[in-house]
Amino acid sequence: MGEKPKIAFYWCASCGGCEEAVVDLAEEVLDVVAAADIVFWPVALDYKRHDLEQMQDGSILVTFLNGAIRTSEQDDMAHLLRRKSRYLVAFGSCSQMGGIPGLANLFTRDSILQQVYLDGPTTENSDHVLPGDPSIDANGNLALPAFSGSVHTLDQVVEVDYYVPGCPPLRKIITRAVATLLGDHPPEQGTVLAPDQALCTECPRKDSKPDKIALKQFRRPHEIVIDETQCLLEQGLLCLGPSTRAGCEAACIKGNMPCTGCCGAPGRVRDQGAKALSAIASLIDSQDEAEIEQILDTIPDPAGTFYRYSLPASLLRARRGV
Amino acid sequence: MLNAAKFDKESHAVPETAEPRIVGFFCTWCTYLAADLAGTSRIKYQPNVRVVRVMCSGRIDPQFVLDAFAHGADGVLIGGCHPGDCHYQQGNYNCLRRALLLSRLLQQMGIEEERFRVEWISAAEGERVREVIDDMVAKLRKLGPLQMNRPLAPEISSAQEPAFEEVTI
Repeated sequence: MGEKPKIAFYWCASCGGCEEAVVDLAEEVLDVVAAADIVFWPVALDYKRHDLEQMQDGSILVTFLNGAIRTSEQDDMAHLLRRKSRYLVAFGSCSQMGGIPGLANLFTRDSILQQVYLDGPTTENSDHVLPGDPSIDANGNLALPAFSGSVHTLDQVVEVDYYVPGCPPLRKIITRAVATLLGDHPPEQGTVLAPDQALCTECPRKDSKPDKIALKQFRRPHEIVIDETQCLLEQGLLCLGPSTRAGCEAACIKGNMPCTGCCGAPGRVRDQGAKALSAIASLIDSQDEAEIEQILDTIPDPAGTFYRYSLPASLLRARRGV
Repeated sequence: MLNAAKFDKESHAVPETAEPRIVGFFCTWCTYLAADLAGTSRIKYQPNVRVVRVMCSGRIDPQFVLDAFAHGADGVLIGGCHPGDCHYQQGNYNCLRRALLLSRLLQQMGIEEERFRVEWISAAEGERVREVIDDMVAKLRKLGPLQMNRPLAPEISSAQEPAFEEVTI
């Protein structure tokens, strides 16, 4: 048993969907267990932090860490797991790019704490205890982890070896990533373990995409009855396929919903949102400034749309002053 | 422990009195020639613009603009041919579409409208180069330095950097 490589799973600022994705491997989890010992997985196994601390540095072959980094505890665990692991893998959109929690970078730390810990209609916090403050309970002094000023990607706080994209990563991507990393020829450091091309290339509707798309109006999914065979962009939906990495086999599009960009951009793109914005703006069918503005009014939230998963990894990283 | 000074307060801290820095992206057929004309005509204008020549305003990737702001520009000025005059027929219209959407995004990111400007300046309009640059510099002086958050270098070159090998799966 001791001969098998060791792997670990951990979560930071995330929704739990990535853990669910691992559980969803179902019987394939048994293949993982057959090939490796899972030595740390708080969501499923009862190992504690001190168990991890007692392991030798570098003794875990691969740690899959999902979730973005916001609190001092997450930062601390990321450093600890980095030390204990040979390969640290950013697992899922939040860990890779900030993900949905990364949209908090549009708001200041103070306004978030004010809303969540003090002003929320169902909040009862008469002592005004905030993250980072000491708090006293029956057992003595405790403190909530400190809440940093903005959300970070994993590779902004520790060195990351590989990335497994997706929100959450798909079963096929996970099993292949595990097999690749347990194999004899690990890829070059920094590799994203998914194909390096745009999602449109594997979209089942790509043949229905006309050579030129010209739009007078963008539409949101609830505003129209979506045709199940036509290119979604051509129907006016904000499908981010052209600027998103392939690998999910167009899972959302098969469910008749537009791509929202969870797998990040292909490798040569530095800023996913900027590229998506560029691609979408080019579809506008007008040369008149006033009319273009009118068409743009049908995109109510550009930052939330184009940076849905990647704001902390973007060039600007956060709203000014955050 | 996350180091707040390292991660959260690292902006382009410059004195309030600092001169605005503007990055200009000028198309080679019109606005760049206009700036050239302004020079040969000895027209004096504010020295705050660093000009990058591009073949067409349609070549200006929104990433260029964001990168300029992320690395300390207080303003970005795009110069292209007048509508209908693009050397490549459509480039300046594509630039306009992207710029109008990008401007909305920049405002969501806390960057004021006046800091990002698109102007159509033909090769004959050297005087217009002076007007636009002087006006933009005056407005940016009033706004003060942008002090945008600095981009964080990933600990290693990350997914976004080029030259990663494709993994066939």
